[in-house]
Amino acid sequence: MDRFGNFLKSLSLSEMRKGLGVTGRYLFKRKITVQYPEEKTPQSNRFRGLHALRRYPNGEERCIACKLCEAVCPALAITIEAEERADGTRRTTRYDIDLFKCIYCGFCEESCPVDSIVETRNFEYSFENRGENVMTKQMLLEIGDKYEEQIAKDRMQDAAYR
Amino acid sequence: MVEIWELIREPVFIVLKIVAIVAPLMLAVAYLTYAERKIIGYMQVRIGPNRVGPRGWLQPIADALKLLMKEIIVPSSANRFLFLIAPMLSLAPALAAWAVMPFTDTLVLANIDASLLYILALTSMGVYGVIIAGWATNSKYAFLGAMRSAAQIVSYEIAMGFALVGVLIAGGSLNLREIVLAQQGSLLHWFWLPLFPLFIIYFISSVAETNRAPFDVAEGESEIVAGFHVEYSGMAFAVFFLAEYANMILLATLAALMFLGGWLSPFEGTWIESWFTWVPGVFWLLAKTSLFLFFYLWLRATFPRYRYDQIMRLGWKVFIPITIVWLVVEGAAVMAGIGPWFD
Repeated sequence: MDRFGNFLKSLSLSEMRKGLGVTGRYLFKRKITVQYPEEKTPQSNRFRGLHALRRYPNGEERCIACKLCEAVCPALAITIEAEERADGTRRTTRYDIDLFKCIYCGFCEESCPVDSIVETRNFEYSFENRGENVMTKQMLLEIGDKYEEQIAKDRMQDAAYR
Repeated sequence: MVEIWELIREPVFIVLKIVAIVAPLMLAVAYLTYAERKIIGYMQVRIGPNRVGPRGWLQPIADALKLLMKEIIVPSSANRFLFLIAPMLSLAPALAAWAVMPFTDTLVLANIDASLLYILALTSMGVYGVIIAGWATNSKYAFLGAMRSAAQIVSYEIAMGFALVGVLIAGGSLNLREIVLAQQGSLLHWFWLPLFPLFIIYFISSVAETNRAPFDVAEGESEIVAGFHVEYSGMAFAVFFLAEYANMILLATLAALMFLGGWLSPFEGTWIESWFTWVPGVFWLLAKTSLFLFFYLWLRATFPRYRYDQIMRLGWKVFIPITIVWLVVEGAAVMAGIGPWFD
């Protein structure tokens, strides 16, 4: 009897109709697509995107070439060379981040004692030529200048949790 | 001058008629792909293509242009002649079958006596395109895909053929126009009701015939990449694509003609019939065809692909026995003269 019942059940295509019912209902559901260039999903203030080097308000670069970020970087993406300036301060002559190696873990930012290296919210960047994947100190400082306002705001928001 | 015109008048008119059928058909194919992407998108809570032109209406044109521009690559070990002729072999029957399709009572290119037989013969030809493509490519994936799809098409052809036998018993003719006319009366006079199991089996078999999901083992992306058309690119691939969609439209139209009364108004015989007398019959046929096409897309959005042995089991051990049983039932009904269909 049970076999016969199963037989009738499969003949009636009841499972199929259930499945069709589900997709049929979803046909009229509200669509959740985010139409990307025009619409964007909300971003956290902790978002880890493209890197930047910050400056003090007086224009002096923050980085003191302590190389903690270089040491902590799990992907060995950071290369730093340093010198002693005429005024006796220690500064970088070279600060490269290879974005192909970088895994965007944010350890560099965590390790930085002077809040110099940070990761900004910018994730929309691309390279058109070989070699452009290596961000030099100059480029990083420029990014920092460009987004300083946003960077400072994000750090301020997060400060309470640190 | 006049004599020459007399001589070429007939062929010219035939060519014009063919264009009048094929051009809208191609347009329908283009927009069927658009409808497919939209509907499946909607069922997956996405919105589908909406970038090219207003609401994405120009998407199929963009797709066609892209395929036209692309290079046709012929694998070095392929049989060149067969490789290039296979797409045409699969498209030609899909188009030729339209010759006998009655759009209304009088609108038919060639009203031949055994048009149903003609269509059966032509749709069976489609499998050659698949097999030849798979063989000529000289690749194991293409070959496996071709074998699978050939076995599947041949198996379901039988169930489909039996379903059509039921129709022609009920309609008393092999002519599609007369089959439709035999359904005159009302919505309940249409053959879907007395032939309900055959109707369902016909529809499912037609999905299998066109290698559509959930019967698309011929493509099986996960195991055999894309099956028989794995090495095709550009326009050669587009022709396969056209053939698949043209076949879908063909089988959907056939289902509308044979089970849903073709161009007959669904309000026939009811009190609101007079409200719809101004609607041309073609409209009803198109509406019914669209209904079936929507079902094709709905099925694709709903079901996962069948396993190969399950496909064979369904075709041979379920569909064929059911059709045979129903043919016997139908025969008995005809003998008993059960109305309003068989009297």
